[in-house]
Amino acid sequence: MSHTILAWSVTIAQVFLAIAMALAALRMFRGPRAQDRVLALDTLYVNSMLLLMVFGMRTGKVIYFEASLVIGMLGFVATVALAKFLMRGEVIE
Amino acid sequence: MNVIEHAGDLPAWAALAVSFFLVVGAGLTLTGTIGFARLPTFYERIHAPTLGTSWGTGGIVMASMIFFTVLATRPVVHEILIGIFVTVTTPVTLMLLARAALHRDRAEGNPEVPAEAPLEREAEGQPAAGD
Repeated sequence: MSHTILAWSVTIAQVFLAIAMALAALRMFRGPRAQDRVLALDTLYVNSMLLLMVFGMRTGKVIYFEASLVIGMLGFVATVALAKFLMRGEVIE
Repeated sequence: MNVIEHAGDLPAWAALAVSFFLVVGAGLTLTGTIGFARLPTFYERIHAPTLGTSWGTGGIVMASMIFFTVLATRPVVHEILIGIFVTVTTPVTLMLLARAALHRDRAEGNPEVPAEAPLEREAEGQPAAGD
């Protein structure tokens, strides 16, 4: 019983997050401006981080937690660098 | 629907709690991203994904913590790192991005954004003439 509930909820969570990633990717392709694409990339990073955590619960391995931590940090750095680029036209002054 | 093998001796209350937090977290993330895809302007769109970074992340982190704590019969709280990290970094990135977007809109002379504050203009070295 608890197995079935858990398996279903993990699958539902994965499907939800996959749809969310698809929507973020759609916004990244549609634009219309550069800041929309940067924000879509940030949303995509967060969603993939959450998807990887759910995947770690499905497999029961700690390595996926570390991978999602790395993705979160890379997403932060990437979005800050891109926002700086949009603001000034260069990343490192 | 393949069964999760390593969760053999998970009690029912833990399975229910984990399922609740998982579905709530993923559903809120999906809601935020639907809003992000549908809202009309950038300044409205920038609010929507924060649903995923606040309670979306919170719910999934909570589910993961309960799941591994009950399975390992000892406190497993390293997922809280992700929660803290996302909570701290999201306002920073979105403030930077919103300021960059505002700067771009003002530089293009877009009439839909508010004009620059006079104090800010003085700080950037340009004299605020006429006011």
